[in-house]
Amino acid sequence: MRLTLLNVIVAVVLAIAFAALNAAYLVWAERRGAARIQRRPGPNINGPFGLLQPPLDGIKLMAKQLTIPGGADKIMFITAPVLAMFPAIMSFVTIPFSDSIVAKNMSVGVLMIFAFASMGSMSLLFAGWSSRNKYSMMSSVRAVSQAVAYEIPMLITAITVVMIAGSTDLMEIVHQQSRSFLHWNIFPLLGNSHNILMPFSFLIFFICTLAETNRAPFDLGEAESELVAGFHTEYGSMGFGLFFMGEYANIVIGSCMTTILFLGGWGCPFGLFPGVWWFILKLYLLIATFIWIRWTFPRTTIYGLLNLSWKILIPLSLFNLLFTAGLIKVF
Amino acid sequence: MNSPILLQPDETFILNVGPQHPATHGVLRVKMEMNGEYIVNAETVIGYIHRMHEKMGELKTYPQFLMNLSRMDYLGALGYSHGHVLLVEKASGIVVPERAEYIRAIMVELNRVASHLFWFGAFVMDLGGFSPLMYALQDREHILDMLESVTGSRLTYCYFRFGGLCNDVDDNFIKAARQFIPRMRKSMKKYHKLVTGNIIFRKRLEGIAPLSKEMCRKYGASSAVARGSGINFDVRKNEPYSVYPEFDFDVPVYHECDSLARYMVRMDEIEQSLRIVEQGLDKLPGGPIMPDKKPKLIKPPVGDYYQAVETARGSFGIRLVSDGGKNPYRLKLRSPTYSNMHLFDEACQGMMIMDALAFMGSLDLVIPEIDR
Repeated sequence: MRLTLLNVIVAVVLAIAFAALNAAYLVWAERRGAARIQRRPGPNINGPFGLLQPPLDGIKLMAKQLTIPGGADKIMFITAPVLAMFPAIMSFVTIPFSDSIVAKNMSVGVLMIFAFASMGSMSLLFAGWSSRNKYSMMSSVRAVSQAVAYEIPMLITAITVVMIAGSTDLMEIVHQQSRSFLHWNIFPLLGNSHNILMPFSFLIFFICTLAETNRAPFDLGEAESELVAGFHTEYGSMGFGLFFMGEYANIVIGSCMTTILFLGGWGCPFGLFPGVWWFILKLYLLIATFIWIRWTFPRTTIYGLLNLSWKILIPLSLFNLLFTAGLIKVF
Repeated sequence: MNSPILLQPDETFILNVGPQHPATHGVLRVKMEMNGEYIVNAETVIGYIHRMHEKMGELKTYPQFLMNLSRMDYLGALGYSHGHVLLVEKASGIVVPERAEYIRAIMVELNRVASHLFWFGAFVMDLGGFSPLMYALQDREHILDMLESVTGSRLTYCYFRFGGLCNDVDDNFIKAARQFIPRMRKSMKKYHKLVTGNIIFRKRLEGIAPLSKEMCRKYGASSAVARGSGINFDVRKNEPYSVYPEFDFDVPVYHECDSLARYMVRMDEIEQSLRIVEQGLDKLPGGPIMPDKKPKLIKPPVGDYYQAVETARGSFGIRLVSDGGKNPYRLKLRSPTYSNMHLFDEACQGMMIMDALAFMGSLDLVIPEIDR
């Protein structure tokens, strides 16, 4: 019993370390990627390939004073950045990276991750509301309406996958797609569903992930050319650092979920040597896509964003849900 | 100080955009009365970077004032210098050699391309796309290098003299300019693919901030703002000056009146400027770059003179009242951005803040040029 408990603790600590390390080095990857796209060198001074940049940035941020604006709601102001990082780290606990690498597998894994994901928008609301800054306020109002609009199609799409798999256990969902890439949920042919709409489901899920993580082209929350820096305008020091890391941790979570639900998790595309390396490969390819999109597209408008969700994504994903249900009934 | 923010449904709040705000690209302040994300009223507050150029014009002699004009608009500096030298030459009857006029036109057009490129990058950045700015700056860099090799400076040029130029162009410059034109045309294709064809970009600009012809006339708007609203007005065509009648170029006019039309006008203008540069290089005559006979001291006879030129930002007018002395009695600078900017107050009412700031970007404001 004690040994199991120790195992869990070690696994949880490793999950937290993975989240933090990813968050830190994705910042570096993003800056290097952006630089590559924009034909400039990017951070390359500190250490080989600029690899020492993230820890040095961290030290700089920690050395700075955390100022709380006069008139701000102190408790909420301090809680908000913690809330940005906490759910992301908690989600890592239940994500299976391979057959054996998982901190704590749960039979309601999908549910738990979405429950934590919806907490993320709360931190934006707290931060914007408590900062007592008009830009922050507007940003947090935007972020909440955006989160509400995009959680619905995301959940509906996830439910579609859960229906196909017949389980909310992430392990089980991956096992069902494990034979070859034709069995992945994104491909309609040999998969469990025979559902020709699954590629669209994947697209909807991916777009929702972009919007959920406040990434470009849906980064209306921080829209720096309008709202200065959005909800974290008033944050300096590690308060800002936590928001920043939380954003990247959320990207990792979103990509992990996409990999598990649609791309066969740690399964090899050809059924050979399944293992954690395939998971990592798929995960970072998705993250690279995130970075690529951010540095290519301009930002949408808030009404364009809400219209996209309520008028296109939600009806489409609902239709897909009914279609899948029908298929399951027939076959 | 610690009172909670309480807003009634019909209550508005004041949002200060600027003087330090990423969207205003300088020290412009816009006082916006907001109802949620909608703008009820907006008031542009200027004067944060007022440097008294007009007063300096009265206090300094004519040659001393030459360098001030390029400090007005740091992106399209040569156009402003051009207006000034043309005016003083007209007033004091100095004849400019043909070669100097051609080189001036080439330089001004290159500078216009550089200015439009910077605007293009900054405008797309206002809309949240960062990479085009870097691409545009790289193209602009080629122009700045070329101009530097001839004028000696990269941003605030003091290249034109009364009667001609301070430096002749060399073969290196001509070679570089000839190489630059096809490269720029290739880049333009890329920009149109990357930005103009992008659906998010189009959706953000199409039908946003329509400016009617009447409104543009009322505020005295010029440049792409007027031409995007269907007003076919370009000083180079309508009140020809220098050697512009010799060139074959079009004035792009769009009738959609929206932000996209203004964007398209400027993008097309880059191509037209390239055409002028190309023709200028072909036709470039030999000869001196300064006149043989030139008065030692510039003292225009008593009178009232006016000269308008088409700069990158629109119709720039400069009025000189001379009392026959060695410095002007009065020097009035009519800056085009000043007129264009005042459209903003009226046009942005009822707009959402994102659209309003995108609209502001499409006006191509350079704040030091407004404040002078």
